[in-house]
Amino acid sequence: MTQSELMRIEADQICVDYNGTVALYDASLHLPSGCICGLVGMNGSGKSTLFKALTGFIRPSRGHIRINGCSVARAQRDQAVAYVPQSEGIDCDFPVSVWDVVMMGRYGAMNVLRIPRQSDRVAVRDALERVELLDLRDRPIAALSGGQRKRTFLARAIAQRASVLLLDEPFNGVDVRTEKLMAELFFQLRKEGRTILISTHDLSHVRDFCDLTVLINKTVLAYGETSKVFTPENLSLAFGGLPPDLLTGNSSSEDA
Amino acid sequence: MVKALLISATVGGVCGLLSCYMTLKGWALMGDAVSHSVLPGVILAYALGLPFSVGAFVFGVGSVATIGFVKQKSRIKEDTVIGLVFTGFFALGLVLVSKTRSNIDLTHILFGNVLGISIADIQQTVLISALVTAVLLLFRRDLLLFCFDPTHARSIGINTGVLHYLLLSVLSLAAVAGLQTVGIILVVAMLVTPGATAYLLTDRFDRMSWLAIGSSILSSLIGVYTSYWTDSSTAGCIVLVQTGLFVIAFLFAPKHGILRHRFASSMPISSLPNR
Repeated sequence: MTQSELMRIEADQICVDYNGTVALYDASLHLPSGCICGLVGMNGSGKSTLFKALTGFIRPSRGHIRINGCSVARAQRDQAVAYVPQSEGIDCDFPVSVWDVVMMGRYGAMNVLRIPRQSDRVAVRDALERVELLDLRDRPIAALSGGQRKRTFLARAIAQRASVLLLDEPFNGVDVRTEKLMAELFFQLRKEGRTILISTHDLSHVRDFCDLTVLINKTVLAYGETSKVFTPENLSLAFGGLPPDLLTGNSSSEDA
Repeated sequence: MVKALLISATVGGVCGLLSCYMTLKGWALMGDAVSHSVLPGVILAYALGLPFSVGAFVFGVGSVATIGFVKQKSRIKEDTVIGLVFTGFFALGLVLVSKTRSNIDLTHILFGNVLGISIADIQQTVLISALVTAVLLLFRRDLLLFCFDPTHARSIGINTGVLHYLLLSVLSLAAVAGLQTVGIILVVAMLVTPGATAYLLTDRFDRMSWLAIGSSILSSLIGVYTSYWTDSSTAGCIVLVQTGLFVIAFLFAPKHGILRHRFASSMPISSLPNR
């Protein structure tokens, strides 16, 4: 376990505000390499904001983030962070094929004109094989099922060969088969030393396969091993006093 | 007339290619705003003796910057801001026309005058068209990714802010080029309709680009030819042909046309909206 020395994600006391509205304050988080971590919170608790800060979409007004020990800008250049969007976040009628989408994961490694080399094609092919979509590679994404579309975006992250994967509500509206396949992939990716951060409000998935859990509500309330974080007190803090069993399976989308 | 045919076809092709991005990004209203906002720029450029495209470009980009600024600094929603800003610019242009003593023919700016286009204007238009095409081709994949998934683009280190303004600049330039053929009022049709038509016909971006360019050039050629022989408005004819092609696609497109849904009782599961 020499790799566990290396911290994949280090966020120290980050604050984010949008025009004076505080979205996240004093959030600190340290995640080692090779782990699956659930990011649990209500809608508007700052999950998306944290993701945006980690991908460099927004800059925290205070605090700093290091990924693989480097700045976020450096991590972007190194293709270290992959973001897998929610299905609701993308235009499903966009005229691109499965292959095109996965190839987008390789853009950062290409030159300015984004002309794929043989190595890029190999990476895309491998990624498609791992999510079992190679047969559908020429299909437009408009003609995919929800689960297949999810796997397409997961393949893009795999093709990118990122060491940190951020997944936004990956289990929303997927069938049992896809869920199984994705869980298996997550375990493989963990074995390869990648760190997977899964944002969700479905607690049952977190219990099933997240090593670590981060509870978030405008700040990081608690984080650590899932079994230790999942106490009734912590959960009621995260969900504002509501009994947690009411919240499982809640699938409305999140803004902010 | 040959001059008019060639220049309309050139502008048509360029606007057709750009219209794919406009359609996919949902920037139709932005195209309308930019094209109307260039009016005061054109008038001022004429008054100062500058090439009209310089003035138009400055005001086109200026309108976009104003829209962005007002939207960020106030609680007003974007479509309201767009409507407010471009009409303001357009009104300024109208007042400027009536106040500057020049031989500008307002109707030529508003409705185009491709049959009477001057050599200098042709040169400018060709130059602009070449520039726009070059940018769109060079940054083809980046712009497509930017339209599709800006978060991913950002996370792999692509500067989406630059792409945003690049696309807006190209839009301003294309509006200036389109102004020559169909005029300010109808230029938005050149920037939207071919893309929308092509979008109904295919699920592939490459094919969509070719179809948009093709339909746009075809519309320009048929439009100019018809207007010449029937002595009717050139801009009107070009845009009418474009709209006609859209209606045909809307009705008869093999996969996304409405008649297909009516007659095909067994729709494949895969084309149902699903998650």
